[in-house]
Amino acid sequence: MITFDKTTKTYDGGVTAVKGVDFTVEKGEIVVLLGPSGCGKTTLLRMVNRLESISDGKIMIDGEDSMSLDSIELRRKIGYVIQSNGLFPNMTIEENVMIVPDLLGWSKKDKKERFKKLMNMISMDSEKFGKRYPHELSGGQQQRIGVIRALAADPPVMLMDEPFGALDPIIREKIQDEFLQIQKEVKKTILFVSHDIDEAIRMADKIVLLRGGELMQYDTPSEMLVRPKSEFVREFFGKDRAIKSLSLHTIRELQDIIGLAEFDEGITDTITINVNHDLRNTLSMLLNQEADQVIVVDDEGNKLGAITIDIVQKYLHFEIKAKPTLVEKG
Amino acid sequence: MDKWLKFLEINAPRIFDLTIEHAILVGAAILVALLIGVPLGIYLTTNDYLAETVLQIASVMLTIPSIALFGVMIPIFSIVNLGIGFVPAFVALVLYAQLPIIRNTYTAIRNVDPEMRDAAIGLGMKPIQRLFRVEIPNAFPVIMAGIRTAVVINIGIGVIAAYIGAGGLGVLITQGITRGDNYLIITGSVAVAILAMIADGFLMWIQKRYTPKSIAN
Repeated sequence: MITFDKTTKTYDGGVTAVKGVDFTVEKGEIVVLLGPSGCGKTTLLRMVNRLESISDGKIMIDGEDSMSLDSIELRRKIGYVIQSNGLFPNMTIEENVMIVPDLLGWSKKDKKERFKKLMNMISMDSEKFGKRYPHELSGGQQQRIGVIRALAADPPVMLMDEPFGALDPIIREKIQDEFLQIQKEVKKTILFVSHDIDEAIRMADKIVLLRGGELMQYDTPSEMLVRPKSEFVREFFGKDRAIKSLSLHTIRELQDIIGLAEFDEGITDTITINVNHDLRNTLSMLLNQEADQVIVVDDEGNKLGAITIDIVQKYLHFEIKAKPTLVEKG
Repeated sequence: MDKWLKFLEINAPRIFDLTIEHAILVGAAILVALLIGVPLGIYLTTNDYLAETVLQIASVMLTIPSIALFGVMIPIFSIVNLGIGFVPAFVALVLYAQLPIIRNTYTAIRNVDPEMRDAAIGLGMKPIQRLFRVEIPNAFPVIMAGIRTAVVINIGIGVIAAYIGAGGLGVLITQGITRGDNYLIITGSVAVAILAMIADGFLMWIQKRYTPKSIAN
């Protein structure tokens, strides 16, 4: 758990980068710091492991004031991932991943085992990659290594500064999914900086939207899309926020509330889609008219029904747009 | 040709001894220069103001003509009765080696990717761990390049040391000049060149051997 208590950062020149921010990241949650560039999100993140000093207010980690801890000890208890992955070119992949355990004085055997386990998590062969150097890996692989390096000593808290920002969109989405899978298992308390709205909606349990160092809104992604508290929040998420919010819903939710259409065995040009698919992707698939009929199947491959643009629209209308604030002003 | 062979046959032991003497003088000076220059270069990365001053002084040192610097050493060391010989030559060579060593160390450490440094701090490395595990290994090729420059400069300047009685291959050349003996002059010069090439080749081998594979090129 990370608690920000009127946390403030003022630079020597008198510029205030973070102004009295108050919020709590609950244990096991991912909170995304989102906002336009210069909003103070990276500064706020770096204040947690004291790469930036705290000018005023407090940051508590699991109830302990971060300033009361030794900064070196503190950092070793906090996983840290940065955009450029920050791998050390003079060390092999194994040495890179095992830095913090090494600094903490783990035994050789423990390190070996831990490395194997971490490499398994990201489906990379520990034998094959362990002795290689960072430059011999692809960008996506390097970033994965950066992530497991932060997880190496099993810290309760992780800080991630646009960790997937430098990757191309396809790889990024894959690694985001992979990371969410890992998170289901490890349940870390994560503070995550992003400037990408889609990424924030995808990854976050809650989003902190910042502007000019001030907290504008702290809410779950769907609340923020559906009930923006101010004009700034509304504009930030854009006119297409209704469509964006579709990515928070799956076909199963739609099925439960509205139901699916009957499918026609006579139509031969069909494609199938898993019932756990999110509605935003489903909609774009429908709009692309990849086939005459889209049949929804469950994990066992049983056909549940057909889905059409009309049905998605209906769901959007009743379930999302029906929420009062959007009808009034949206 | 016969005359050459005869000359070499008679003088070979002496040439060999002088080469060793030259190598010891330069080697000792470089060793001490390293012990001063590398830590100083690293320290300067934490103090910008001092860095500028020190680098300027070191630059000025390199522009002093070697014969003048050796000359200056004589009265200074006369005070402790070491006016001529090994000690004043050694001190002058240490001074000449400072600039390339300090400057390259300073530049190399400063130019370590700030993101990499940030990651090292963020992972909880202490400054000394960061220095030895990340900064020095990644700065190594540039630091070595400075050391190689210093060695080659010193082998060349070491020739002048013969004028203040420090021995070395300069002895062949100065004797050759005073006696008008071309064999001596050429032999001395070629020996200096060969020594410089061997030393540089050896250091290049060390540099390649210990540079992390991924930052070579």
